[in-house]
Amino acid sequence: MLAWTIYLSFLGAAMAALAPKDRPTIARWIALTTSVLGLGIGLAGILHQTNRSALQTIVDVPWIPAIHARYLLAADGISLTLVLLTGIAAVAGILFSWNITHRANQFFAFYLTLIGGVYGVFLSFDAFLFFVFYEIAIIPKYFLVAIWGSTNKEYGAMKLALYSFVGSALVLVGLIATYAHAGSPTFSLLELARQPLPTSFQVWVFPLVFVGFAILAGLWPFHTWAPTGHVAAPTAASMLLAGVVMKLGAYGALRVAMPLFPEGLAAWRDPLALLSVIGILAGAGIALIQKDFKFVVGYSSVSHMGFVLLGLMTLSVTGLSGAVLQMFSHGIIASLLFAVVGRMIYDRAHTRELSALESLQLSRALPFAAITFVLASLASMGLPGFSGFVAELQVLMGAWKTFPLYAALAGIGILIGVAYTLRVLVKAFFGQSNGTIEAATHENYAPISIPERIGALLLLGTSLLVGIYPRVLLDLILPSFETPLMKPLLKGAGL
Amino acid sequence: MPSIVNYLWLIPALPLLAAGMIALLKQRHRSLSASLSIGSLAISLGLSIAAFVPTLGPIEGGGGVKRWVHNLDWFEFGNTTLRLGWVLDPLTAAMLVMVTFVGLLIFIYSVGYMAHDENAARFFCFLSLFAAAMLGILISNSLLLLFMSWELVGLASYLLIGFWYHKPSAAAAAKKAFITTRIGDMGFLLGLLWLYGETGTLLFYDNGNGCLEQSALNRLNTLTTAGGMGVATAISLLLFCGAAGKSGQVPLHVWLPDAMEGPTPVSALIHAATMVAAGVFLIARVFPLMDVDPANVAGSSTALSVVTWVGAVTAVFAALIAVGQNDIKRILAYSTVSQLGYMMLGLGAGGVAVGMFHLLTHAFFKALLFLGAGSVIHGCHEEQDIRRMGGLRRQMPTTFLTYAIGMMALSGVPLLFSGFWSKDEILHAASVWPVSRLPFYLGLFGAVLTAFYMTRQMFFVFFGKQHLGKEAHESPTVMTIPLVILAIAAVLVGFWGTPAWPWLHAYLTGHELHLDLSALAKSATLMLISTAVVALGMISAWRLYTRKTPSSPQALDPLEAAQPAVFGVLKNRAYIDEFYEATVIRLNHLLSVTSDVLDRFLWNGLVQLVSLMAIALASVGKALDQFVINLGFDGWCGGLKQGARGFARLQNGQVQSYLRVIGLSLVALVVVLLWERRR
Repeated sequence: MLAWTIYLSFLGAAMAALAPKDRPTIARWIALTTSVLGLGIGLAGILHQTNRSALQTIVDVPWIPAIHARYLLAADGISLTLVLLTGIAAVAGILFSWNITHRANQFFAFYLTLIGGVYGVFLSFDAFLFFVFYEIAIIPKYFLVAIWGSTNKEYGAMKLALYSFVGSALVLVGLIATYAHAGSPTFSLLELARQPLPTSFQVWVFPLVFVGFAILAGLWPFHTWAPTGHVAAPTAASMLLAGVVMKLGAYGALRVAMPLFPEGLAAWRDPLALLSVIGILAGAGIALIQKDFKFVVGYSSVSHMGFVLLGLMTLSVTGLSGAVLQMFSHGIIASLLFAVVGRMIYDRAHTRELSALESLQLSRALPFAAITFVLASLASMGLPGFSGFVAELQVLMGAWKTFPLYAALAGIGILIGVAYTLRVLVKAFFGQSNGTIEAATHENYAPISIPERIGALLLLGTSLLVGIYPRVLLDLILPSFETPLMKPLLKGAGL
Repeated sequence: MPSIVNYLWLIPALPLLAAGMIALLKQRHRSLSASLSIGSLAISLGLSIAAFVPTLGPIEGGGGVKRWVHNLDWFEFGNTTLRLGWVLDPLTAAMLVMVTFVGLLIFIYSVGYMAHDENAARFFCFLSLFAAAMLGILISNSLLLLFMSWELVGLASYLLIGFWYHKPSAAAAAKKAFITTRIGDMGFLLGLLWLYGETGTLLFYDNGNGCLEQSALNRLNTLTTAGGMGVATAISLLLFCGAAGKSGQVPLHVWLPDAMEGPTPVSALIHAATMVAAGVFLIARVFPLMDVDPANVAGSSTALSVVTWVGAVTAVFAALIAVGQNDIKRILAYSTVSQLGYMMLGLGAGGVAVGMFHLLTHAFFKALLFLGAGSVIHGCHEEQDIRRMGGLRRQMPTTFLTYAIGMMALSGVPLLFSGFWSKDEILHAASVWPVSRLPFYLGLFGAVLTAFYMTRQMFFVFFGKQHLGKEAHESPTVMTIPLVILAIAAVLVGFWGTPAWPWLHAYLTGHELHLDLSALAKSATLMLISTAVVALGMISAWRLYTRKTPSSPQALDPLEAAQPAVFGVLKNRAYIDEFYEATVIRLNHLLSVTSDVLDRFLWNGLVQLVSLMAIALASVGKALDQFVINLGFDGWCGGLKQGARGFARLQNGQVQSYLRVIGLSLVALVVVLLWERRR
């Protein structure tokens, strides 16, 4: 049943593309219906999951016999968590692009293609299929940014696409080499993980595949696509970029790179943990001095994704489940932050310069946006009650055992996070008025629309639910580390 | 187990519920929101008293204190479960009653104080949120739950300090408070992680398995870190960072005086009575852990020695700065910092009961002083500079009398006032501290200063000539009644802990209580010394400020006239803010700029370089194509074309040509054939 998330999205994309160009409403409703159905299927898939500790195969048929590639879709708790995230982010993204009228049918067609590709990645257990879906997800991004973007959009789109393709190229080389080296030719992740590859081979292939994926997760110093890409992208696309696409990278690293090359991982673990911590600190530090609101959020994504990568490097259940939880949490919170900046503010005030926003006193004009952003900032700062707290706490608990120094440094990252978040919060919403301008300007702002309100409540509610009762996700995630694919990861890491 | 233990969670939950409900109300429902806050806190007070009663009875089986816990699973990861829970013991019960009682009075007072503020409903929402979080800290039986509540307290404090966010100074102060306390909290978080790593639990008490119970402490006692420091000591010091941030200990005290930008009830509730005491409470809560030290040679564990020293230094340092301030609330703020230092000193040198006694008495008289200051500010039309006041004792008699009681309690005027008894306990503990005698002398010096700056403030505000342009007025009854109740409490709570009848000490530590009048005689020397010290401070201030009365608000302070350099340093708060501005903040900024430049130029530059190289490579390829490969190709093509043209010419369609060719060919053929024949 879960496979229908993919097919429905592609079907919706086709329908949206065929919808009349001059009547955006039709395309909108097609997109919303499809994405809500996708979310519903994801939820139903979670509720009907029979055996939590096993990998559930959905489809397994030969696909390209010549290279032994199979059409193998399956799901464990990690996939389900991310499928759920994709569903929520997709629905929210459509709600926040309700005002798109320029070539709306194409916009939603690209949007749904991207979503379908993402669902496909999260459900693939065949490396070749995984790669194909991964590429499908990358291409629409370019068009979304280049056509509907703002600020320097061609540059941002091109940079985004090039980084993605460089990553893909690295992954592809690694996968082909692995295929060639494997004892019996196969692309099935489970089969590949079962065949021990020579250590010397793993040591050079692991970094190719891991970094190839981690580029998309914002691994420092390969992260610079993220801020520019986010800034250039239209609201919905930056929500998806931060909310879902960055997770593709982290997921690929966790699902493909780490289980296939355990010895390569062992060799590269320390430097990669260091890079993650540098990412946390550098991202936060840079966010602190940005002048453009969206850049602040963009860099904060780099910082928060550093926690995911650090969690992955702990190789303990605590850290790994924390990393998956952080993927989910950051997906929700970052989407919300981008929605506030891109849709609620930029579409009305037509500026994102903090110095310009400062004099607009937006908390008076747009109280709903202000409250949403206050709550989203609290979530982003990792305040208890929101999902970020439990996720980052788990990552830190896991990291403390292996990398106490890095855990401490990551703590400093959280601290800088508080500083930059409060800074933008005050500047963007609670600035000083210099007199006369705002009364007239405020009149021109359209009130916050119903789709925006629903979208904001959906995302905030999710973050609160997970923050207060993390078991809704952890009960899904934890058994996944018992499957034959993930279990060997924890070997010798304790806890 | 008393049934109230199962319902203990209601005490914080009710104000939280009230906060949530008010958040959904419209701003104009101000009286409804006030009633919701006050009502919920009143029920919490009732529940707190109900929880207090069972902790009072005699201890069954003797020894130890009464303690009940209720634990539950929050979530699990791997084979471990993260558990939360709440605890009822004398420490919790006493604090619960104090916080709900003082809180309730301040809530009532706020009705009057915020009567003219258009956002009063929001104010009560934040106040309730704060009360919920603070009460959450008190009942936590898990360091994690305590930390979570602790963060929420910080958030509520941020919201309340910045309540008047349209004032730039308030917005800045709120940010500063949140970030400064968060610096300490990072230490707290690391301590928490470490403690969890070593003991595998964050529950304080769990039937022998908690991290504050003997087995865990014994285990910690055997561990040392790389530098030879005990692991327990390291964890304790990290936790103390958090406590120091929240409780404004030097060097993290800078946020507290600025926090006075918030409405005065906030200053009273959060920055005098409750929140700032949370750090002291934390140390009292984890005291068994602080006390563990394998390298315990001097008679005090390293962690507690640090607490003592930091407390003593803070007590004197802040009192010194208070002498040079002119803002009525800032004086009280520095006084709070100083008194928090005394509490830490008491905890470190004398144990839980000593520190907690001062915490409780201070909560009452400092709340009284802040509310009194609020009443003065309200009566003087938002004037806060004490030099512009003067002679207010006639216009504001109730405020004056209650303020005088608070001032005498704070200064430690003997026998009748609570501050005397609790400060005396601290000084006594410091005088017998085995490590050093210096904290005792610092404490005495601080006491002189306290008496001095409070007398100076009293003089400026209530005596002398009136400098206020407008007519001052007494505050409404809703504001003065809490003052009177607090004034009575400021006197009475002292009698819980006199040397002759140390009720609080017995209650908190589970010892038997005896009335022992001879103990009074034993501590008579110390009491005489501290009386002399208080007298010294008050008399010198009195003489200084009556003899050289500043004639106008602009005139120099008599101290300033005598010692301009020293007074200047004090007035400018010892330049600590400027120091941080020049070091920490600049360093952080530098790092941010560096990373940004790195991003913009190095990484981006590398990317540009790679793309340039790609372009260069492409150009080479293009050149190769154009001049080498194409040349060959074109040449070959050209040859072909030439050849083709040659052949094409052969068939130009003219019959004559064809015939000519045929003829020539025939001739050639004949020639060839003949030639063949001849061979």
